[in-house]
Amino acid sequence: MSLLAEIWLLLLKDLRLEWRQRSALGGLLLYVGGTVYVSYLSFSFRGGTPPAPAWNALFWVILLFAALGAAGRGLAQESAGLRLYYYTVARPEAVVLAKIIYNALLLLALAVPGLLLYTLLLGNPVQDWPTYALSIGLGAVSLASSLTLVAGIAARAGQGGGGTLLAVLGLPVLVPVLLLLVKVSKNALDGLPWEASQSSIITLVALNFIVGAVSYLLFPFLWRS
Amino acid sequence: MKWWKYLTIGLLLYTAVMGLLGHVPRLAILNETERNLYFHVPMWFGMTIILLASVVNSIRYLRDPSPRLDILAHESAKTGILLGVLGLLTGSLWARYTWGTWWTTDVKLNGAAVTMLIYLAYLVLRGAVQDEQQRARLSAIYNIFAFAAAIPLLFIMPRLASASLHPGMGGNPGFSKYDLDSAMRMVFYPAVIGWTLLGVWITEVACRFAFVKEKIYEKQEKQLA
Repeated sequence: MSLLAEIWLLLLKDLRLEWRQRSALGGLLLYVGGTVYVSYLSFSFRGGTPPAPAWNALFWVILLFAALGAAGRGLAQESAGLRLYYYTVARPEAVVLAKIIYNALLLLALAVPGLLLYTLLLGNPVQDWPTYALSIGLGAVSLASSLTLVAGIAARAGQGGGGTLLAVLGLPVLVPVLLLLVKVSKNALDGLPWEASQSSIITLVALNFIVGAVSYLLFPFLWRS
Repeated sequence: MKWWKYLTIGLLLYTAVMGLLGHVPRLAILNETERNLYFHVPMWFGMTIILLASVVNSIRYLRDPSPRLDILAHESAKTGILLGVLGLLTGSLWARYTWGTWWTTDVKLNGAAVTMLIYLAYLVLRGAVQDEQQRARLSAIYNIFAFAAAIPLLFIMPRLASASLHPGMGGNPGFSKYDLDSAMRMVFYPAVIGWTLLGVWITEVACRFAFVKEKIYEKQEKQLA
């Protein structure tokens, strides 16, 4: 079986599992929704809408913590026996790539309803929609690619502290990605021309390739344990 | 004692004496703080080199696992953190007298802070895993991954940024523009070698200590068995 076919099958498996355990997805959606609502309540003292930079930063922070929650769930829920089974039927490279794609899809599924609710409650100062949508899409992919391997490490280190460990290990790795994302989306917010964000977007894509390639190389070592 | 240790002592004595007493060009604002070039900059050079050594040892560990390589990677990372903290302190002190503040949001400073966070997270990860082999493998994976994710932050992002206060960045001249009378170079290059060698020396002693501890544990285990 080719690598692409394996990735496709693993991705289908993950999506199917997610659909069968809808309560988990619902929990994450509720988490995003709840955070957005709390932000709305907190800003309501100031007349409802935050200034544009705060609007942007807050949404990325909400997404960041949603991503940490989502990534922590993905690899941790698989038992040792199940892992052994995958090991016999699939290549580790396929497993990690499928996981990255799946996490990216999951994050998009969280970000889009989250953004709708956020817009509804806190207004929407975005002026350049295509670029903003691109930044959200890139954000989902970047957060997923940076966090998938780290989540695997944190899950393997285990012993209860999985949640904190993932945050401690993941946040420093995510900082460059987040800085670039906030910059691009802020440009989109202000309606700056495409040239202003072009170099950041290219860097972001390149960074994704680096992180993806390193995950691809390192995951087999993580898996063997 | 090996010859290069005498060299280290000689170079650092030379750096300290010539760095504090030697001739530096008279420049507005910078004044005598310019001497920080002999301390702050070589410490970052040393940190980068030692951290590179740590990553190389982690890669070697994954290719061919042995406790020795794990100890080398771990102790190098610790020395790197030490040099990094010294670099932050000297930089902060310098900033206080030239920029008027201990810390400011600057790409270069953010990069430095995040690098420190990454390696502190590396130490946290090592503390979280009980099993020795598991700890060695997981931390090697994280070390390589974090290094790959931090390179853009340290070396690429500052060059993309449009504005930076840091010398040599964003239109601010680097030190090389000031000191074309090569008096400063005569101290700077020996300082780089001296501080790096000091880092190697510290790592070497720490590694030997760790090897001895390892041997004692093995002996104790044998006695117990």
